[in-house]
Amino acid sequence: MTGLFLALVGRTVKLSLGAGGGAFVGLIFFLSVVAVVPFGVGPDMKLLARIGPAMLWIAALLATLLGLDRLFQDDRDDGSLDQLMLSGLPLELVALAKAIGHWLATGLPLVLGAPVFGLILGLDATAIGLVTLTLLIGTPALIFIGAIGAALITALRRGGLLVAVLVLPFTIPVLIFGVSTITAVTTTGLPVMPPLLILVALSMASAVIGPVAAAAALRAGMD
Amino acid sequence: MNRASSQLSAREIAVNRGGRSIFSDISFRLQDGELLAVTGANGAGKSTLLRAVAGLLPLAAGSIRLETADTEPRPVSESAHYFGHLDGLKPSLTVHDNLALWARVMGVPGVSVIEALEEVELDHLDDMPAGYLSAGQRRRASLARLLVVRRPLWLLDEPTSALDARSEAVFGALLAAHLGAGGLAIAATHRPLPVATAATLRIGAA
Repeated sequence: MTGLFLALVGRTVKLSLGAGGGAFVGLIFFLSVVAVVPFGVGPDMKLLARIGPAMLWIAALLATLLGLDRLFQDDRDDGSLDQLMLSGLPLELVALAKAIGHWLATGLPLVLGAPVFGLILGLDATAIGLVTLTLLIGTPALIFIGAIGAALITALRRGGLLVAVLVLPFTIPVLIFGVSTITAVTTTGLPVMPPLLILVALSMASAVIGPVAAAAALRAGMD
Repeated sequence: MNRASSQLSAREIAVNRGGRSIFSDISFRLQDGELLAVTGANGAGKSTLLRAVAGLLPLAAGSIRLETADTEPRPVSESAHYFGHLDGLKPSLTVHDNLALWARVMGVPGVSVIEALEEVELDHLDDMPAGYLSAGQRRRASLARLLVVRRPLWLLDEPTSALDARSEAVFGALLAAHLGAGGLAIAATHRPLPVATAATLRIGAA
């Protein structure tokens, strides 16, 4: 069963990175949002550096939500979901494998791109390091929470931006503790460990709750 | 493959979809090596019956039991191959890669992916992205999935649709081999099957 789990992770990565997979669209969307901010805010480097970490986090959040709607829908449309349900692998693990694969293909590139995009916003080395670290810890939480929304819209046979509207409110805690970890060091001078540890806890809890809830939603949608 | 020991029995099963009863009070029994043909008009519930047997739809009433030689009893969903209208192929992956995933599902390992593709006469297309295959070729690639892992029960939904005469003969031979080895099969169909059927179940108002 481990073989099937890993093969499913690998196939999800391959499909996301392949033609029409949409993994790079997320990264380009991330870049676009970040690149647009200085035009809107104006050439105030101090202000940019101050709001930069938050802008990177919001852009990463939106980019993550953008690619979620097809997570289970493609598998339902082409019959793969039926076969996965009969595969003997518990549906919770199917959802977990798909979410991990999706993170590797779409979340990890955002983390790797964050230092480059941080430079665009004029962040210093500490802030860039912290943005990258918090995104590394926080993006899995975004995707595990998002997987629930993706499973729900698959069950409801709806698509598009509905998943983003559904999921966005539930990702706010991740955003708050991600950004406050950074600002604790760069501006407010508060202790950094509490928000960082809460961010870790959010990721770990959602890694358990997300797949279980997504599997329940997929089962409920089998009618 | 479990010889001379498997048996599938459905007792008074009923399925509701969207709050409406599709069928109720259907019972049948299948011994090893037997093929049950399910017939009925469009919308009578043939596909629904197969999905319910596979465990993809919940039963509103009744029970389905599959007894095999396995020491530990397994749910039907882990002992059945479901061959439906959707072929489960990813257009951007090659035929070989598509099947490689399904070769890892639970069950007794069958032939290798390339051997399975040889059986359905698609081995020359194994490195072709599945999106370039014709409807019949996709159907045959999907059929190869039933060979890479052996499961005692085959659930076939319109198995011969989109297949030409030659492919239908290939399919018939594969199904006969499966039944000959003690397997079970249920096929929902409008057309005569290329294999002798043990019984016919007619569902719907008729």
